[in-house]
Amino acid sequence: MSVAEITPDGRTLGGTLMDMRNITLRFGGVTAIKDISFDIREGEIRAIIGPNGAGKSSMLNVISGFYNPQEGEVWFRGDKRGPMRPYQVARLGIARTFQNIALFDGMSVLDNIMTGRLTHTKSGILDQAIWWGKAQREEIAHREKVEEIIDFLEIQRIRKTPVGRLPYGLKKRVELARALAAEPKLLLLDEPMAGMNVEEKEDMSRYILDVNDEFGTTVALIEHDMGVVMDLSDRVVVMDYGRKIGDGTPDEVRGNQDVIDAYLGVSHD
Amino acid sequence: MFYREAGDFKSSYRSDSQTFPIAFDRYRYYALLVFAIGVVPFIVDDYWANAVLLPFLIWSIAAIGLNILTGYCGQVSLGTGGFMAVGAFACYKLMTAFPGLNIVFVVLLSGGVTAGVGVLFGLPSLRIKGFYLAVATLAAQFFLVWLFNRVPWFYNYSASGQISAPERTVFGAAVTGANAQAWASYLFCLTFLIAVAWLARNLTRGAVGRSWMAIRDMDIAAEIIGVNPLRAKLTAFAASSFLVGIAGALFFSVYLGAVEVGEAFGINKSFLVLFMVIIGGLGSIFGSLAGAAFMVLLPVFLKNVLVGGLGWDTALAAHFELVLVGGLIIFFLIVEPHGLARLWELTKEKLRLWPFPH
Repeated sequence: MSVAEITPDGRTLGGTLMDMRNITLRFGGVTAIKDISFDIREGEIRAIIGPNGAGKSSMLNVISGFYNPQEGEVWFRGDKRGPMRPYQVARLGIARTFQNIALFDGMSVLDNIMTGRLTHTKSGILDQAIWWGKAQREEIAHREKVEEIIDFLEIQRIRKTPVGRLPYGLKKRVELARALAAEPKLLLLDEPMAGMNVEEKEDMSRYILDVNDEFGTTVALIEHDMGVVMDLSDRVVVMDYGRKIGDGTPDEVRGNQDVIDAYLGVSHD
Repeated sequence: MFYREAGDFKSSYRSDSQTFPIAFDRYRYYALLVFAIGVVPFIVDDYWANAVLLPFLIWSIAAIGLNILTGYCGQVSLGTGGFMAVGAFACYKLMTAFPGLNIVFVVLLSGGVTAGVGVLFGLPSLRIKGFYLAVATLAAQFFLVWLFNRVPWFYNYSASGQISAPERTVFGAAVTGANAQAWASYLFCLTFLIAVAWLARNLTRGAVGRSWMAIRDMDIAAEIIGVNPLRAKLTAFAASSFLVGIAGALFFSVYLGAVEVGEAFGINKSFLVLFMVIIGGLGSIFGSLAGAAFMVLLPVFLKNVLVGGLGWDTALAAHFELVLVGGLIIFFLIVEPHGLARLWELTKEKLRLWPFPH
């Protein structure tokens, strides 16, 4: 799997970026994830799908460090990751967005996106208290980077607007901007299209493809809109009741009998 | 007419993110600063210094300190009085132990000691939030006052249990002790306030401030973007206590001169600073100053109007003041939770267009 591969649309996939090996996650007596293994390759768009309650969000939470699995190993960029807090995972280069938007309502759009640069901040608290010199230079360098992302996502007009005043679709975009500002190696998107109309979904799909294409960011996403998932992703993991029931290209998954059963139901006779 | 942005173009990110983005505004602040430094010291008398200016300057520093913790980082604290007491007693011990040490360094070191104590009492904030944290800091308040009352080492075994500030000079002018000049004390405190406001502004506009506000607004999301909650909360406690400690040291050494801890730094002082921050505006440096000015000037104003103007009884006027302050706090919490700072912002928005409606 370490050999570079060219996708049908001409992008290059690298080696394994993230490898989940035999992950099991329990909450007391409830097993949310049962012995799941899958990998994410550098440069690909990987989707995790499944019916409600299948354990998709739990899986994303394992990747981003909210939960530490009871069994199994998480490998990232060739290293085995021990139990970690979410902020340590963020510093490894994994950024994410949330299913129900988690922006900082008291701050402007610009400040929200600037928080994405916190993992890249080098000046200490004393540098910043004095401000002139190191802290100011760093702030301006971060601002330049953030402005690139603002341009990329076309949210120049709302830069200084408090986030609380924005409509839903724009909030989703600002959240994506904040995650991108961290220049992540791996970007996790938890239902990026939830609650959007067709036009907004098309916009968001375009941004995800562009992020992947222009920045070379690896994307792992959870999404319920099958059309979007099948169009966007290179490979799909299908989960049901905490188990992996399918894994492969969209076409392979579409033809998988277990997947069809899980989505359409199966007659019990 | 008063706040014109027209023609005031920003061509660099540096000028776009400056403290006073509107030129009109900026020059007015500079003028105020020049007035405060260059004119006030020559006209100030003892009454103005002791009744209005010194309390305003010192409480402003305390309010900025609490605002960093509560307004920017979202950690409610009722221990401000106790932390001010730490600053005051650290100042006293340093003044008596090292008589040769300049008072400026004494005050700064007192802030440093208070920062250490603040971090210690800030540790519970990692586990508890909101009301429960308020109760934990309340425990700090009572414990610290008790400690300074009960351990004679802190007040150098004086018979009365009081501490009193010896005379100290800055550039030859006495700022503490019986011979302190009003203008010298005023300039001394003003310098500290300007430095503190500048530091607080720098901290809150950069990466540290953003990590505080991220913790305040949504701690889970803050952690996911790489904010270490432990570090963010403890730096907020440290920075906040540092400033509160400076305020306590100045309050004791410059303003009061002699202090009995339960009286000077009791729980009511914690509430006073909290009211300043709420009325002034949570999460705003300007709001801290406005809140302090309001809470300092209100009693003076009421006393002059009610007792001097209307001939009310002094006790009645004092009680009326309590009623009024209580009413105002409820009013602000309901009508304008962001306090005077937000009202000021709104006024500026309106003035920007005035006299035109759109």
